[in-house]
Amino acid sequence: MYSEQFQKSIKAVEAAREANIALEPDRMTAKQKEDLLAAYHPDYKKDEFETLKFGPNKGQEVPRELCELLQAKSRIKADDIDLNDVTYDVDVLVIGGGGAGTSAAIEAHEAGAKVMIATKLRMGDANTMMAEGGIQAADKPNDSPAIHFVDAFGGGHFAAKRELLSKLVCDAPEAIQWLSNLGVEFDKEADGTMVTTHGGGTSRKRMHAAKDYSGAEIMRTLRDEVLNRQIPVVDFTAAIELILDEKGNAAGAVLMNMETNELMVAKAKTVIIATGGAGRMHYQGFPTSNHYGATADGLVLGYRAGAKLLYAETLQYHPTGVAYPEQIFGALVTEKVRSLGAKLVNVNGDVFMHPLETRDVSAASIIRECTDRGNGVDTGSGLGVWLDTPMIEKIGGEGTIEKRIPAMMRMFGQYGIDIRKEPILVFPTLHYQNGGLDINVDGSTTNVENLYVAGEAVGGIHGKNRLMGNSLLDIIVFGRNAGQNAAAKAKNVTVGKLSLDHIAAFDKERAAAGVETDAVSPKLLPDYTNRKNRA
Amino acid sequence: MEKMVNIFLFGKKYEVPANLTIMTAMEYAGYQLVRGCGCRNGFCGACATVYRIKGDKELKACLACQTQVEDNMYIATLPFFPLVKEVYDMEKITPSEAVMMQLYPEIYACVGCNACTKSCTQELNVMQYIAYAQRGDFEKCAEESFDCVMCGVCSSRCPAGISHPQVAMLARRINGKYLAPGCEHLDARVKEIKDGTFNELIEALMQKPVEELKELYNTREIEK
Repeated sequence: MYSEQFQKSIKAVEAAREANIALEPDRMTAKQKEDLLAAYHPDYKKDEFETLKFGPNKGQEVPRELCELLQAKSRIKADDIDLNDVTYDVDVLVIGGGGAGTSAAIEAHEAGAKVMIATKLRMGDANTMMAEGGIQAADKPNDSPAIHFVDAFGGGHFAAKRELLSKLVCDAPEAIQWLSNLGVEFDKEADGTMVTTHGGGTSRKRMHAAKDYSGAEIMRTLRDEVLNRQIPVVDFTAAIELILDEKGNAAGAVLMNMETNELMVAKAKTVIIATGGAGRMHYQGFPTSNHYGATADGLVLGYRAGAKLLYAETLQYHPTGVAYPEQIFGALVTEKVRSLGAKLVNVNGDVFMHPLETRDVSAASIIRECTDRGNGVDTGSGLGVWLDTPMIEKIGGEGTIEKRIPAMMRMFGQYGIDIRKEPILVFPTLHYQNGGLDINVDGSTTNVENLYVAGEAVGGIHGKNRLMGNSLLDIIVFGRNAGQNAAAKAKNVTVGKLSLDHIAAFDKERAAAGVETDAVSPKLLPDYTNRKNRA
Repeated sequence: MEKMVNIFLFGKKYEVPANLTIMTAMEYAGYQLVRGCGCRNGFCGACATVYRIKGDKELKACLACQTQVEDNMYIATLPFFPLVKEVYDMEKITPSEAVMMQLYPEIYACVGCNACTKSCTQELNVMQYIAYAQRGDFEKCAEESFDCVMCGVCSSRCPAGISHPQVAMLARRINGKYLAPGCEHLDARVKEIKDGTFNELIEALMQKPVEELKELYNTREIEK
């Protein structure tokens, strides 16, 4: 139940509901989208970006907060640790225990490699766990990998590395099959046909889901499989620096126990960075839908060891983060809510856009509605627009919400809002790191030997904006791919003398570039104590 | 001036704003969380928490990230609970009642106290899904337990020593792999891709100038 301040606007939304359900809003033209993004999307705010002064991407702009971390000092000096005192000695070291890391570990294990996972929180504490809406794959008769390719390439502003995108779409059906064989419960009709819906910017209904716990269902199954295979998982242990050998090839990582600060050496023939995203950096002061550890660690580790970034200047702001109540401010409201028929409605009850534009366009449109157009709803702590969830029950029949999006119903229910009967308030939230480390199609980085990357830490698969459902897909496709290739490569690697010389070399570059800093990285966790930053 | 309440973190009193969740209240009090904090959105089960309101005998359980503080709330977090997770090979397992008997025989020692259901942070009917597991009805067990975040509170309250979330995990995997209907269009598409059916189409897209791809994208037909 909403308080009095919202009632006038809710009345307007209710009065217009029938007409709004019938309405088929126009989609924007390419030109309209370009103009909208340039004026309202956070990626286009020039003064929020800073130029990297040194390192592999010298001269390129990245968000200010990321620039500080990329140019920061290491948490250690080379002589803080004895590299001859090796605690873990493996073929493949996977850094990160989310969807990409676990997929990689399972495949490396399948290939016979000695593999381990190091993760700074628990296995499964990852954005994968929180992905609600679904996973794309062109497996219906009216669809094809080629159509999927065009949707994703256009949605990403024609900037994706085509060989990566092509792998993503062509391996998608097999990824779904692999997950099914592991026991992931996809929503199906009685005859086994997958229940699929649209996502923003898709031209075919190819979103596969497990209610609105899609990522959680995938993540808990992958986690269970890692445990069944008895792959060693060292949890609450962060990688804080890559270890190279004398040839400059990746050869392991310095690990730090998050609770005792003990440092350990993990030596490996190949290393896979699967550390995920960066929502907890709160770029431009945005709230985030991301998990607690999303602090761009992998980008920092890779960059300092010489790996290049691609599109690190592009972030995804999910159009529908929670704007009210404030206890769940910034939490994700899955795009599936719009896939099921709910439209975006302003303070006056007017539908102001097609609900399934791509995420960047939708986010910019909501920001415009709340700022220059003055049609936002004042939540008491900010602005938002309505997402008219009761439409779903009218379109799909009573019970649709409980069956298809139970997590959303539960989350708002905690605060006395019944989304079957009342609309909800949303505003964009920092959701996804489009850019990341630059990789080849085999998952290896383009310029550091024996270093692989998978998942959200990769840049270039999606271009400059990602479609809904292509991230759960990418962690599976490129996670497995990295695991397979890193395991194969490990067979032919002889690790040389371990070295942390790159730390001092990086310090020297910093000094030569005239950059002074007190910052250390990777960040590992955000600091919310005493109400710093935003939860 | 915002409204404040008194809470007791592990018995120690703190005054915090009344609109915070238990998790943000701990941070407000100065805790830098490492354990007991994961997704912060109710999906990962890292922040299982038990509490009592002063004067009320009932012990309640919740997720710290999804629950607002109340005045005189006595709070203890449960960042880890030693669940029993049996190891099995999904390829060799059979979807029969005997599987549960072999891996998790303690479920047959359930005394029917319903403490698991009463304590579930997701308000699931935990005892019911264990009953389904006892009977080998994996489909119903999977459905009933689907929203489980594996926080472990149920198991902490169980006199029979059952690890409910792990039992449900096994049931869901068996259901997903062996009992749910197969998917013909998926298998057909995987075969088509392996046979190279789309190679030419994809290759053409790989070579096309960006301008042509823009045209293709902007004029594509969108399924209703």
